[in-house]
Amino acid sequence: MSAVVENLDPLLRALGTTLLILVVSAVGSLVLGVLVTVARVSPIPVLRGAAFAYVQVFVNIPLLALLLLAVFALPDAGLIMPLTTTVIVVLVVYEAAYVAEAVRSGINTVASGQVEAARALGLRLSQTLRHVVVPQAVRAVVQPLGNVMIALLMNTALAATVGVVELTSAVNKVNLVEAQPIPIFTAAGLVYMALALAIGLAAGRIEKRVAIHR
Amino acid sequence: MTHSGAFLYDAPGPRAKRRIMLGSVVSALVLLGLLALALVQFGSRGQLDAVRWRPFLEWPIWEYLLVGLRGTAQAAAIVAVLSGAFGVLLAIGRLSPTRPVRWLATGYIEVARTLPVLLLIYLMLFGLPAYGINLPVLWKLVVPLTIANSAVVAEIVRAGVLSLPRGQTEAALSLGIGRAQTMRFVVLPQALRHVTPSLVTQLVSLIKDTSLGYVVAFTELLYRAQVLSAYNRLLIQTFLVVSLVYLVFNGALSYVAARLRTRLKRTVAPPDADAEQAADRELELPRG
Repeated sequence: MSAVVENLDPLLRALGTTLLILVVSAVGSLVLGVLVTVARVSPIPVLRGAAFAYVQVFVNIPLLALLLLAVFALPDAGLIMPLTTTVIVVLVVYEAAYVAEAVRSGINTVASGQVEAARALGLRLSQTLRHVVVPQAVRAVVQPLGNVMIALLMNTALAATVGVVELTSAVNKVNLVEAQPIPIFTAAGLVYMALALAIGLAAGRIEKRVAIHR
Repeated sequence: MTHSGAFLYDAPGPRAKRRIMLGSVVSALVLLGLLALALVQFGSRGQLDAVRWRPFLEWPIWEYLLVGLRGTAQAAAIVAVLSGAFGVLLAIGRLSPTRPVRWLATGYIEVARTLPVLLLIYLMLFGLPAYGINLPVLWKLVVPLTIANSAVVAEIVRAGVLSLPRGQTEAALSLGIGRAQTMRFVVLPQALRHVTPSLVTQLVSLIKDTSLGYVVAFTELLYRAQVLSAYNRLLIQTFLVVSLVYLVFNGALSYVAARLRTRLKRTVAPPDADAEQAADRELELPRG
């Protein structure tokens, strides 16, 4: 365990980077994902098509390929941002596709009577979506969204491959110096498990709190 | 109007049709504008020049990339078979009436689902050799992926088993068929059919994960792309072409999964669908 304790400072800083990437990407992908879903169910065929294409692209191309493209290739076209920012942007657009899939399955659980009632009351489509459909759809998919966020946590580790010093990268570096893989990797594994557990528990609590009691 | 959002609005009248037309034109213009902006940016750096794209019309380049694609298929096939087998065993274990078996399977699944695959790969690459465990390159990729994927497959299969009406098991047991045989001949065949679409979707996710071969230097598509781009200096072109290859193959699989899903909905739905669904919902646990 001493290898972990002696290197606590860089490890904690790396954990901070992981948490920063996680939280910013989580918020960004939730917002973007809901917007993509709205486009996907809109009456405008062009928007529907674009949203469908968006989801297909990011669900079918590996995150690692997108990261390499954004970090190493796009600077050749003059598109360059700070490293961590680039990784966060890639994670947001990638994970938003999964959020969009989850929220869309939630929209399909909203009874059509709800929509008809909203329309009968004179609500426009945008109002129907904002006040009736999306609130119920999102409530129905709290657990799936929690799973998307756990997947996002796993994916933050890929930032290590393009040179961001987050938890996985830092753990690897410490191990290369200390050569005590078992305690070091176990510690990192426990931290990831704890974070995933926290996300899972939070999703469970949020689901209970926002549940509509009928 | 048969798309999934169609129930959100009435069939459009003349005024709504005009608005939809206007919305189509405006959003098409915005999207085209964004595309044009990207093309101008790429063009201003000479990234659209024909010389930078022409190599990808030549056979040797494709031959080089196709060898990578074969590696991708090989790794994906091994992981799919292994994690399919382990996944089913783990699912049965997690549903087992014997407590230690259940705890072991549950513990494994929960741990394996919450470890980043890259962490396991780094352990394989830089950790275990210190203890004299140094696997061939292919297995440094396959073992971590199997550890992670078998847990996901187990959860999918378990969800399938739990979505079956309890009467199936009860009927089999009351006929005097043993527990193991009930699972094998009655429950699993139906459960696996229910979850085939999810398993195909998981296969897509697995194929994407084989791109981690880039990290372990296993010859798969993304690794070949990396080597090729280091050689020809055409980074943008190479990675875009390779992304397109992934998109075509995985997109086809995703399409198959979607087709299977709609077909299952149509054919498997029993005459008393509402009651069955209500029963399913009661049994359904939060799935991963």
